[in-house]
Amino acid sequence: MASLKDVRLKIAGVRKTRQITKAMYMVASAKLRSAQLRIERFRPYADKFSEMLVSLRGTAEDAAHPLLAERPEPASVGIVIATSDRGLCGSFNAGIITAALKFAEENRAAGRQVRFYCLGRKCCDAVRTRGGETAMAVIGRMNAVDFPLASEVGVAIMEDFLNGHVDEVHMFYGEFISLARQRPAGIKLLPAGGGASGPEDAGAAEDYIYEPAAGVLLGELLPRYVKAQVYRGLLDTAAGENAARMQAMDNATRNCDDMADALTLLFNKTRQAGITNELIDIVGGVEALKG
Amino acid sequence: MASLRLDIVTPDKLVLGREVDYVGAPGLEGEFGVLPGHIPLLAALTAGRLFYKADGRTNWVFVSGGFAEVSGDKVTILAESAEEADKIDFDRAEQALRRAQERVESKASDIDMYRAQLALARAVARLSLRGR
Repeated sequence: MASLKDVRLKIAGVRKTRQITKAMYMVASAKLRSAQLRIERFRPYADKFSEMLVSLRGTAEDAAHPLLAERPEPASVGIVIATSDRGLCGSFNAGIITAALKFAEENRAAGRQVRFYCLGRKCCDAVRTRGGETAMAVIGRMNAVDFPLASEVGVAIMEDFLNGHVDEVHMFYGEFISLARQRPAGIKLLPAGGGASGPEDAGAAEDYIYEPAAGVLLGELLPRYVKAQVYRGLLDTAAGENAARMQAMDNATRNCDDMADALTLLFNKTRQAGITNELIDIVGGVEALKG
Repeated sequence: MASLRLDIVTPDKLVLGREVDYVGAPGLEGEFGVLPGHIPLLAALTAGRLFYKADGRTNWVFVSGGFAEVSGDKVTILAESAEEADKIDFDRAEQALRRAQERVESKASDIDMYRAQLALARAVARLSLRGR
């Protein structure tokens, strides 16, 4: 049986842990708010881009662009993974990594080479331990994602794609759906045709004058569109990470409460047991003296 | 008098959104101007200076290149970065200018050269707005 002192120490320990998890919960919720704000600010930019791309593709059908060209038999696949740098956010990172590695396995099974672009310490570690070819590893910047990071990644994958190092590029990230729901998601970044093809209702769009010609304009627009897609993934991951951490820390705080309650009960019982024992001793002694 | 709605959007925020009378933008094939009633236009921009006239004053904005969409009486500028002239960090731009010049003069590999020249163009455009 635990001594009184042990139990008291344990209670103090649990309470301290609770303070920490509670603080982490609050930090995560503050970060989530700023991440959500950035998603909202980014949305008009991204929406406008998709709109422009659709209306351009409607008119410039003859202006094929190398970033749009599907390669019939891809020999190698690039996989961009975005996770957080730090853990303590439930199964958020594990989900993304599992989805990405499963996709990588399927491609390897089909005889394709796989190249990883890892953003965030968690997926860098995961890919390294499983021995994948890492073309890019970014650690320590997922805490404050910014457009320059998305731009770097975009430039790197587009260069590799145009040089023929990879024939397709996919991205895996954590999609932020709501406070209570985040899930791993995958999108195809390159060739850039798939995502934005959409319904062909672009014919209803206005007749624009293009300056320069639609084909050249498409060439200017596509690289920026790819960067915007990467940025969207990064922002979603940042928001999802913090939402997942809020949940995890909320659970941990509640578990600490339960544990402290149970330990307090144990403490009181132990103390009462000690008192009862002493009373029995005294009463027994008194009885013995009487006899 | 009819006016134009000018929105300058970057990935991080809406830099500017207001009613203006005239917009002059640095197009890829030369500067162009937009007055109310312009026909729909989609144009690529280079790194440079954009200006607009409102309330009888001319205001300058740096844009890092991007796109301009004119539709109805709305002008939307999509740029990776954009700053109003009084919000430009000129010290940083000067540093960027020096770095870019060094890189251009060092004549490294061709891809780096292209990027350095872009950086140089951006720095020059930013610095040219000093005092506007």
